[in-house]
Amino acid sequence: MNYFPDEVVEHVFDFVTSHKDRNSISLVCKSWFKIERYSRQNVFIGNCYSINPERLLRRFPCFKSLTLKGKPHFADFNLVPHGWGGFVQPWIEALARSRVGLEELRLKRMVVTDESLELLSRSFVNFKSLVLVSCEGFSTDGLASIASNCRHLRDLDLQENEIDDHRGQWLSCFPEAYTSLVTLNFACLEGETNLVALERLVARSPNLRSLKLNRAVPLDALARLMACAPQIVDLGVGSYEDEQDSESCLKLQAAIRKCTSLRSLSGFLEAAPHCLSAFHPVCHNLTYLNLSYAAEINGSHLIRLIEHCKKLQRLWILDSIGDKGLEVVASTCKELQELRVFPTDLQGGGNTAVTEDGLVAISAGCPKLHSILYFCQQMTNAALITVAKNCPNFIRFRLCILEPHKPDHVTSQPLDEGFGAIVQACKNLKRLSVSGLLTDQVFLYIGMFATQLEMLSIAFAGDTDKGMLYVLNGCKKMRKLEIRDSPFGDTALLADVNKYVTMRSLWMSSCEVTLGGCKRLAQKAPWLNVEIINENDNNRMEENGYEGRQKVDKMYLYRTVVGTRVDAPPFVWIL
Amino acid sequence: MRGGGSELELGKSNLLPAENELELGLGLGLSLGSGAWRERGRILTAKDFPSVGSKRAADSSSHQGASPPRSSQVVGWPPVGSHRMNSLVNHQAVKAAKAEGEEVKQKNKDEPKDVSVHGSGFVKVNKDGVGIGRKVDMRAHSSYENLAQTLEEMFFGMTGATCGEKVRPLRLLDGSSEFVLTYEDKEGDWMLVGDVPWRMFITSVKRLRIMGTSEANGLAPRHQEEKDRQRNNLA
Repeated sequence: MNYFPDEVVEHVFDFVTSHKDRNSISLVCKSWFKIERYSRQNVFIGNCYSINPERLLRRFPCFKSLTLKGKPHFADFNLVPHGWGGFVQPWIEALARSRVGLEELRLKRMVVTDESLELLSRSFVNFKSLVLVSCEGFSTDGLASIASNCRHLRDLDLQENEIDDHRGQWLSCFPEAYTSLVTLNFACLEGETNLVALERLVARSPNLRSLKLNRAVPLDALARLMACAPQIVDLGVGSYEDEQDSESCLKLQAAIRKCTSLRSLSGFLEAAPHCLSAFHPVCHNLTYLNLSYAAEINGSHLIRLIEHCKKLQRLWILDSIGDKGLEVVASTCKELQELRVFPTDLQGGGNTAVTEDGLVAISAGCPKLHSILYFCQQMTNAALITVAKNCPNFIRFRLCILEPHKPDHVTSQPLDEGFGAIVQACKNLKRLSVSGLLTDQVFLYIGMFATQLEMLSIAFAGDTDKGMLYVLNGCKKMRKLEIRDSPFGDTALLADVNKYVTMRSLWMSSCEVTLGGCKRLAQKAPWLNVEIINENDNNRMEENGYEGRQKVDKMYLYRTVVGTRVDAPPFVWIL
Repeated sequence: MRGGGSELELGKSNLLPAENELELGLGLGLSLGSGAWRERGRILTAKDFPSVGSKRAADSSSHQGASPPRSSQVVGWPPVGSHRMNSLVNHQAVKAAKAEGEEVKQKNKDEPKDVSVHGSGFVKVNKDGVGIGRKVDMRAHSSYENLAQTLEEMFFGMTGATCGEKVRPLRLLDGSSEFVLTYEDKEGDWMLVGDVPWRMFITSVKRLRIMGTSEANGLAPRHQEEKDRQRNNLA
């Protein structure tokens, strides 16, 4: 390829879009490195502290799209204290100062302020797409800046963020003439919505394909919106009142019938079951159905809906569907690729809504299934072994048995053999979460068989350091390892320091790791930031002779090329 | 559960035989001399879980201030995203409130619907003079006493209580301490905590703030430092 002019090589590279592949290309030779870096359009940074904006700009001066992830995954479960970090402000400031023509920004688990959003909206003329997932720190005022100043905005996609809802007029801030909006998702906003402004906005957004409403949008408003936007492909429904008059339901049904392009349905944040039937006409086209917030709908109504959804590929649902419901899914949804079953009863009391039987039924009925997240009260080795036999194609397998340390409820054995069967059968497994009573044995299996595993989540499992060692030694492709409440300590942590070159990050909380061990690791591995997170003001991790015995409550380590971060709060100690 | 001591006590009586190893594992962490402070949480078994629907779990202030433990008190477990968790708990709170006939929503079709039934979940707590705010899980508390005890521990320190030692309550709620507990409600007003029924409180509280009594009502004297010193001497 060296006798092709650069432009040709660059054109070839345009067809290579995955950032992993582009990273590989850039390693081939100096000339390819140079061509690739000037032509990279989409930059993905999995840990915002692994690099800084200046170095990003030096390497890729011409990118248009940036994806940044901040806090570690366990922040989703409140394990990372408020103020830990992940601030987007310095990134936006640096990009604004540079000449990058940013068009797309995707942030996950980052702290975003109204100031950041304002700066973003004013700095990039061609800014088109903002996707915020599990972020916090901003309000609807920030959204107003985006709406007002980004004249070519295509996507405003807010997923599960914590947004201070000032109930302002942000929806009225979009351009008065036609907008270029394709995606508008504000389902996570908690406050009132100006329905008039919303309807006007939808009416003047002819390109709108994805609309996800918050709980403040009632049934009759939904009907009017659907009438304005029959081209909708992806709809997130707001709320229904309990006593909806049937006229509103009929109007909605008539409007929905016209939405022949509808493929995705979600929301139902407060839904009255009898209006669910308004959606039956479009069910046969649906490929994605997310009813996981619809706590009001009981199993039988869910089943009635799902019976119509023969083309479903992704289903997110609550365990109120029950094993019977999952059997219906198994017999109806033959195209199913991804299933997530969330718990309704967080207290883990007597309600055994879904059991191992549901999981087995799904595995038997859905040949294309490759991703599962399943919350349940009980499991058996036999069931898992059957699931493994039925479904050797799992890429993601996450099983969460609600009660920590719960064994096989029939044999009272640990679930080592069951998970062992999963990792042995599923040769393409990339992500795994384990639960229930587990000994070191399961980790022996994981280390032996899960050769493609990239992310592993462990909670309340294992007996000794050997468990963690099996995983570290065996899983060559491990990138993210997160462990909580498991008896792994310094021996496992320090056994192979070079492992943390190929891994992005390691989280260990409520384990047996000591301050002394962490310090030794930090010394041996200067390319790591080893963070000790200690929230209790009254218990400063002190420099004293007892480090070897002083257990660390939360440790988060990650590789970085830019050293210790400067924005760490007082309760984070970077060794 | 509220302290190192009570954690071990309760743990011993509730663990099934198969889980004894686990208790040892936790115990190691708790007995460290330099006051290693464990995350408030312990492994719960099915025996600990109250039956569904018993939201009327009484103010158990008699039982060392510990409310019936719930699985959501093991921090970050089950691993359900906090956004989803809040939504689910909000739903349950609304259902419970409706069942009791309390007015939580306004059902007036002519007016814009007040949809901010933003129920329980984690709310931020700040104490005057302390830079770092904390978050407290409203779901994990069943009464004002309960909440006050958690906050007292969070902000006024653990005495390093070992088995049997009691934490002296600060009485945040009855005006006898130098601090008062206030909260910001849905409308943005700051109110004194304790005036409304608990369930109504948790659906309207947005934020908590511990402020000095002197700031709250203009009085001067503070002997909080003295109390703190006394408490620390118990460690």
